[in-house]
Amino acid sequence: MDHTALPALPDDAVVLRARARDWRDAVEISGRALAASGATDAGYAVDMVRMIEEHGPYVVVAPGLALAHARPGPAVHRDGLAIVTLADPVPFGHPYNDPVRVVLALAGASSARHLQLVAEIANIFNDSDAVASLADAATADEVRGILGVGA
Amino acid sequence: MKILTLCGAGIGTSGILKVNAERVLQRLGVDARVVAIDASMLESELDDAQVILTGPEFVDAIGQTFADVIVVENYFDTAELQRKLEVALG
Repeated sequence: MDHTALPALPDDAVVLRARARDWRDAVEISGRALAASGATDAGYAVDMVRMIEEHGPYVVVAPGLALAHARPGPAVHRDGLAIVTLADPVPFGHPYNDPVRVVLALAGASSARHLQLVAEIANIFNDSDAVASLADAATADEVRGILGVGA
Repeated sequence: MKILTLCGAGIGTSGILKVNAERVLQRLGVDARVVAIDASMLESELDDAQVILTGPEFVDAIGQTFADVIVVENYFDTAELQRKLEVALG
């Protein structure tokens, strides 16, 4: 399926089989990927970590999947998406959905855009196989194919 | 009917709950307005809400309410959402 409303996912925004020490490290890796793609500056990773520190591991929205994000702000240059898969799954402290195998980092240029992007993402992950497919993806092209986005 | 979806920023996971709740409500033939909010908007939005959909972390933030609070485990599992909404809407 083609999800044209989602931003492109350049190679810089995909990190496969990353080794993360803990949830914070995993989120920071996804933040570096977002910054590398040009969607955000480095400070957005700090904002994403802070969201989880403040509100808990609620971003683990489905078994194995963390949807890391923060509010739109000066750190966001444009809509952006990054995918990090973890070589070894990492616990986030979520009561039902730990451990995390895939971190999807999301940045929206505005709150309205952010809501549109999560709606598109919901369409992808309502297919319950999507997390496992992403976790097992061997190439960035494979990841783009699962998400239905371009480079 | 008004249904709230609650999360940390009101733009992320509550947005997922909103689209999936709208999908389920349409399937159930229930006419409802679904509003995605963060905790700071609770006070102003809570009054006329009948159902609140959220994750386990936010239940304490809601406090006393007449609304049915539904704790969602898998935000992408519309079957779970439908089951829990059907119970709440009786």
